[in-house]
Amino acid sequence: MIWLHRYAKLVTLFTVLLIAAGGMVTSTSSGLSVPDWPNTYGWFMFSFPYSKWVGGIFYEHSHRLIASTVGFLTIGLAAWTSLVEPRRWVRRLAWLALGAVILQGVLGGLTVLYFLPAPISIGHAALAQIFFCLALSIAVFTSPRWACGANPVDDATLRRLTVATAGVIYVQILLGATMRHMDAGLAIPDFPLAFGRVVPPFWSTAIAINFAHRVGALAVTLAIAATAIRVWRHHRYRSGLVANATLLVVFLATQITLGAFVVLTGKQPIVNTAHVVNGASVLGTALVLALRSYRVRFARTAAAVEPARVLRSEPGGMGIPAVQGKAVRP
Amino acid sequence: MLRSARFIVPWLLVVAAACGGGQNKSAEPAAPAAAPDAKKVDPATAGDISGKVLVEGQLPPNPPIKMGGDPACNNPNATAETYVASNGALENVFVYIKDGLGNKYLFETPAEPVKLDQKGCMYHPHVLGVRVGQPLRIVNSDQTMHNVHAMPQTNQEFNRSQAITGQKDDFTFTAPEVMIPFKCDVHGWMNAHVGVVTHPYFAVTGNGGTFDLRAVPAGTYTIEAWHEKLGAQTKTVTLGEKEKKEVVFTFKAPIAS
Repeated sequence: MIWLHRYAKLVTLFTVLLIAAGGMVTSTSSGLSVPDWPNTYGWFMFSFPYSKWVGGIFYEHSHRLIASTVGFLTIGLAAWTSLVEPRRWVRRLAWLALGAVILQGVLGGLTVLYFLPAPISIGHAALAQIFFCLALSIAVFTSPRWACGANPVDDATLRRLTVATAGVIYVQILLGATMRHMDAGLAIPDFPLAFGRVVPPFWSTAIAINFAHRVGALAVTLAIAATAIRVWRHHRYRSGLVANATLLVVFLATQITLGAFVVLTGKQPIVNTAHVVNGASVLGTALVLALRSYRVRFARTAAAVEPARVLRSEPGGMGIPAVQGKAVRP
Repeated sequence: MLRSARFIVPWLLVVAAACGGGQNKSAEPAAPAAAPDAKKVDPATAGDISGKVLVEGQLPPNPPIKMGGDPACNNPNATAETYVASNGALENVFVYIKDGLGNKYLFETPAEPVKLDQKGCMYHPHVLGVRVGQPLRIVNSDQTMHNVHAMPQTNQEFNRSQAITGQKDDFTFTAPEVMIPFKCDVHGWMNAHVGVVTHPYFAVTGNGGTFDLRAVPAGTYTIEAWHEKLGAQTKTVTLGEKEKKEVVFTFKAPIAS
């Protein structure tokens, strides 16, 4: 099972790489540099000569190849999970991930063939994050830490906070994708103010989307702050949760800084892409925190499939047990 | 889950097949038809409209183009062609009769294609005009690959790959449209502008900023001059039989920010 977990982590890692490659395609306006799909300038995708990977073709074609790799890896994930995973819902999740990656490929092709219509391109970006979350969730569910699940945190407020935080982040990513695909990224040219004011003095669709993304950043900041404070104050001896919450705050700070630089550099492609990738990292970290806070709900299921664990107390005398040793499949 | 996949996969295939790409849409916009009593322009009574396009103020320099992304496009001195002017005369301005001809006249559509060449990873010419129904021949003279991406509002959008040196593709537009932007997504700096009109009265200003609209029938016309950055200006001209009229357009250079 540990190898399945490692494999799921590999799929997640490749998905981050794929999101980065997709970010570069949009940031360099290369989305239509390969007009045909699934072929590339008439070549079978995998036989397109490397010498012809020039200009925008480099970004678009490498995105397609990485996407294909993720597709093949996901087939492997679904098959492997079906073979070795005893939990039916995890197996279903793996097949759902495969369905998502297939749909994602079709959306990618359609957006090329229809000259990047905003609804399809936004849907492509939105589904990318869903797929990333699915791959990451499978990696979490197959991890030894999840399998032992000893004395998981049981905090209803934290559960509500983490789910709300992950939801707000996802909505914020959707707003970002809408802004990106409607070319509204520089509709408000200054930062942190908007045309020198807190609220824009005039409005257009592009300005409204841009401003909504900025307001969304504020909402995400508040949600993450509330979650992190909850963890730091009420679960400070759970080192895993604290590390997770701290990482979330670090990613948030990085994301806001990158967002500012996107505006100030006039959407420099590397900065733009880093903003997209870091956004996925914020979402992923919030998701892991949410899953950990919900681990207690899975206790009975896990107990049914996992052997008994040896527990020890956390240092500090709080009596919070933790797992000792590695998880072993029965 | 496998049972669900049996439904989902065929559904996706059907969707993909049904969509089949946006490059072969059936409904095409059409140019307005000529009136039943429309006639050919009588060259014996027609006049000429000529003129000049000027620019006031200091135009900003065209930004340099970094062609490093493709070794076949290595021109270290290349710049954008947004502003081309000398001695206050502005080039690359599309001038045409926008209004006044109605559907009173019959104009034969030339079979000879208008050429738009991709050479040195730039479009030549940068601004051009073509008639509705007249072929626009796009040529790849470069040792690299281009995609030809037209982005009209009225006509049908297309995006065609030109992978081979010397490749030629002909395109026609079915409705008038001023202007249609063209771009190459492989080489982000490549762009051109094509004006599509129903009649022969159009020109692009060259050296000296001059233009000539010849053999124009008598009448009152709205003449428009279009520039990709400086916008469009119109002037009304009343032309008598065998008359020659001069029109001067003056654009203002953008204020430096």
